[in-house]
Amino acid sequence: MTEMNSVLPPLSERSNVLRWIRKNLFGSVLDSILTIIGVLIAYWVIKGFLTWALTTARWEVISANLRLILIGQYPLEQAARLWIGVAFLIFLGGNSIGIWARESRFSVALLLSPAILALLPFSSGPRTWLIVLSVTGLVGWWLGRSRPEVLRRSVIIGWVISLPIIILLTHGFTPVDSGGVLAIVKTNLWGGLLLTFLLTVVGILFSFPIGVLLALGRRSELPIIRLASVMYIELVRGVPLITILFMAQLMLPLFLPQGVTIDRVLRAMVGIVLFSAAYLAENVRGGLQAIPKGQFEAAHALGLGKAQTMIYIVLPQALRLVIPILVGQFIAVFKDTALVAIVGLLDLLGIAKTVLAQPKFLGLQREVYVFISLIYWVLSYGMSYLSQRLEERLGVGK
Amino acid sequence: MRKSLLLVSMLIVASIIMTACGSSAATDAPAADATEAPASPAGFGVTLETVKARGNLICGVNAQVPGFGYVDESGNYSGFDVDYCRALAAAIFGDPSKVEFRPVTASERFTALQSGEIDILSRNTTWTLSRDTELAGNFTATTFYDGQGMMVPADSGATTLKDLDGGTICVQTGTTTELNLADVMAAEGISYTPAVFEDADSTFAAYSEGRCDAVTTDKSGLVARRTVLADPSAHVILDVTMSKEPLGPMVRHGDDQWFDIAQWTVFAMFAGEEYGVDSTNVDDMKASSQSPEIRRLLGVEGDMGLKLGLDNAWAYNIIKTVGNYEEVYNRNLGPDTPTFIPRGYNSLYTDGGLLYAPPVR
Amino acid sequence: MQNKNQQTTSIPFWRDERILDILGQILFVLIVLFFGFVIIRNMNAGLAKQGVSLSINFLKGVSGFDISESLFPYSRSSSYWQAYLVGLLNTLSVSIIGIILATILGVILGVARLSTNFIINKLAAIYLEFIRNLSLLVFLIFWYLGVFLKLPKVNEAILWPGDIILTNRGVGIPWGLPTASFPTFRLIMLFGLVLAVGVFFGLHIYEKRTGRAPLTLLWTLLTFLGVSVLGWFVLPEQPVTLDLAYINGLNLAGGKVLSPEFMALTSGLVLYTSAFIGEVVRAGISSVSKGQVEASRALGLNAFQTLRLVVFPQALRVIVPPLTSQYLNLIKNSSLAIAVGFPDVFYVSNTVQNQTGRAVEMISLVMLTYLAFSLITSAFMNWYNQRIKLVER
Repeated sequence: MTEMNSVLPPLSERSNVLRWIRKNLFGSVLDSILTIIGVLIAYWVIKGFLTWALTTARWEVISANLRLILIGQYPLEQAARLWIGVAFLIFLGGNSIGIWARESRFSVALLLSPAILALLPFSSGPRTWLIVLSVTGLVGWWLGRSRPEVLRRSVIIGWVISLPIIILLTHGFTPVDSGGVLAIVKTNLWGGLLLTFLLTVVGILFSFPIGVLLALGRRSELPIIRLASVMYIELVRGVPLITILFMAQLMLPLFLPQGVTIDRVLRAMVGIVLFSAAYLAENVRGGLQAIPKGQFEAAHALGLGKAQTMIYIVLPQALRLVIPILVGQFIAVFKDTALVAIVGLLDLLGIAKTVLAQPKFLGLQREVYVFISLIYWVLSYGMSYLSQRLEERLGVGK
Repeated sequence: MRKSLLLVSMLIVASIIMTACGSSAATDAPAADATEAPASPAGFGVTLETVKARGNLICGVNAQVPGFGYVDESGNYSGFDVDYCRALAAAIFGDPSKVEFRPVTASERFTALQSGEIDILSRNTTWTLSRDTELAGNFTATTFYDGQGMMVPADSGATTLKDLDGGTICVQTGTTTELNLADVMAAEGISYTPAVFEDADSTFAAYSEGRCDAVTTDKSGLVARRTVLADPSAHVILDVTMSKEPLGPMVRHGDDQWFDIAQWTVFAMFAGEEYGVDSTNVDDMKASSQSPEIRRLLGVEGDMGLKLGLDNAWAYNIIKTVGNYEEVYNRNLGPDTPTFIPRGYNSLYTDGGLLYAPPVR
Repeated sequence: MQNKNQQTTSIPFWRDERILDILGQILFVLIVLFFGFVIIRNMNAGLAKQGVSLSINFLKGVSGFDISESLFPYSRSSSYWQAYLVGLLNTLSVSIIGIILATILGVILGVARLSTNFIINKLAAIYLEFIRNLSLLVFLIFWYLGVFLKLPKVNEAILWPGDIILTNRGVGIPWGLPTASFPTFRLIMLFGLVLAVGVFFGLHIYEKRTGRAPLTLLWTLLTFLGVSVLGWFVLPEQPVTLDLAYINGLNLAGGKVLSPEFMALTSGLVLYTSAFIGEVVRAGISSVSKGQVEASRALGLNAFQTLRLVVFPQALRVIVPPLTSQYLNLIKNSSLAIAVGFPDVFYVSNTVQNQTGRAVEMISLVMLTYLAFSLITSAFMNWYNQRIKLVER
């Protein structure tokens, strides 16, 4: 995005549209040819897509199966829990925008998008919730804007605890029969975008401590620890995720004592955690290496031990440095979770395959795959955009 | 450079471990077997107890075969194989909803069964010798007699396998179908190119897009899938049967009681049809039927259910809540469904079919 | 002496860091060994219950299944081991072709991203942003089901110039057909190659001695091509004739027919990876400061020389390490072939595993295979990186 500025001409020239066009589009013969080819390609792609999307495509497969695509077989009477979880996230998002990106009109418009979605033909339940989402987001934004100093710390804590809270909300903790508030919803009912999201969240949440330990291990002075860390990291990074997922699905049950079983969603999570930890370790190591030696020496001079130096001095700085990369890792894991469909889980891609097996909707691959690609795209682009914005405001990473 | 050295040594170590495992395990295995065997004396009753304690049955199913197992728009599993799971749950708990469905892929189904992740596999699985032995499973009964067939576009004019010489054939991997295809084509001396896919959906999607000259799978699958192609009349199923495919539920080795329950659930559904007992008249029959067979089946006479370790009303519950074989068949594969398959071999022996329940006594 | 002794005894061993370090490591090893032991024992018990034991002897058994694409003759009576090799070669060919094409496209994108032409620049930017936020697996499936299988049937095939035939059965392209004189030609080409290597090193030494930088690669290539072309005309018979693909009934024949699975996998991987390579190339080129270009122009180098002698060597140093990891990603991502039905090493091994129930052995074998790929690629790129580092002086 930063390159855009370097390409735009100085202000004085912008006034003359023709001159701008001539300079930037038809500067030389080669330039002119390229421009024309570029315009033709863009026209052809956009026209082809729009013609298909507006005339040929049968989008009813999406509207009929929207619930499956979003939450799989998660019981509808429990869906309020998921809405609350999303509302919590949007509230935090609004808060953060209010505090750190108050000028960004685009971000505020983003908070209104659920309300705009509510204009689509939904039933009254989801529509109300969508509006509630927008309202929570705006309230959060307003609070953040008016009280930035007070809320700054609580918002950060909110983000940190949001992931465990969402897992808890989704899974519940009281047994089904006891009639308690949050009845347990078994993982085999999780599906669609919900499962994709939870796989990502759990993957990052649990791989983070392992990744930090591995990174420390790799920089340790103890040869055996270092060797073990290096072996683990290089081994995992040397093989594709799909082999690790297959190992988790087919071999993990064999490794456990007789009679102990863990369900398949959990197994996939284990696979993703093991995989993601190795990549996170490398990212964190990058951060550790960037800490100047003087910091270690200063800490040592103050009489701090090795462990204390790590915990109080080095890690906080290193982690702060790698926050942008961690967000990138989050997005990468989010996109990679699609692979669990190959081992038969009903995540976003898995549920798409199931939808395509319904007798009514056979042969609508383009519609379904375009739609789920769109979900993947919007979410990962949105996350990276917002994180870039926040980074600029927070001044971290660079 | 140090990194590559390290990787080399890792590779070497890993390969040594692998070969070492190979050789040492070969000698270890009998010993381990001997020590493990007494630990679980025939495994009798373990599965039923586990299922009862858990409060539901875990059934491994397919989620991609219309008519046999798939997820409908409201997110419920339905299909012929799925209804069998419901019947088994009804036999155990008297409640067909006490079943949890686990979709399993063709590749992982046997591992899932062996590891105890699922209690029973009801997923259009063909009964073969090596699956009965090597994969440590027991097939309870055949619920659906099938045979491998071949479907071609009508305008191709092909009528026999020979007409497919030099063509491309779509097939799903990890199945007996894939092996049968290679066997039959080699035996007949027909050259062909396979186009192999990981799941049924991809296989038929590719066929319907014209990727292949023909598609092969069990005839039931062909029929079910043909009815949902864009233009069913544009595809014909060749009059050849390339294999026998008896499909049925499968349980683990080592638990005979569980095997019996799973098997007699099938037989109870056969018997229900044979004696004319269905979900609509089962209450009347139980109250007023004088036929000793029906009375024994519905638990009025004799303790048939107790012999299985179940309630005496086990078969009554199956028929009342899920239905007899005919009802289940018609619900999923009958003339009113989009996946209509004529009953053929899957009729009672009295109608010239192969379904035959041993006497309940 | 005594003093020193007192000092060591005065620190109790449980607070001596050196001893603690060693103890900690021993404990760590013990824990790892314990878990390893438990896992192996559980696994052996589990396998014994299924009546199997770990062994790779089953690989010699008859596979019983056919594979759609193979670089060497394979049939149902071949062994599992041969099936694995078929997959291995398929993975290799997809990876090599993918890496070459993705690099070319990536460089074009990276340069386009730095172009002053507004349209080209923006198109490249949109392309990069668009691709980088997609899920590769969904992207591949879309290419297969949404593009290559939606091509017209054989009898309505699209004909592209250059005798390329596009159908939903595959893409037919012209291919060389070796004639009787091909073995001789192969020898001539080998000779050309040896000569070219000689020229390469000769010019390299010349560069070191004189400090002038000749167009080493160009001359090397010209030597090889010159010898080859000469051989072509000297031989009495053309060593290779052009074989065009044509439509034979309902299938394609002749030339080289690329299956839709191969096309979908390769194009998906190339388009996806090229976006990342484009970003790498852009970052590399922009890392060379403008002053370098201006300085070299001031020294009298022309634009081409500036690019070749100043910008490129410096940019390459930044580009090579991330480029390596992109190549490795491409190789690893080729395992997603399973989703489009292309018989790569992972897919074939998965089939073997299905038919034999040998999950542990096959998964280990596949993991070792990919580890070996990673090792070879990074070793090669490390060597290359070392080589170009010399430019620094």
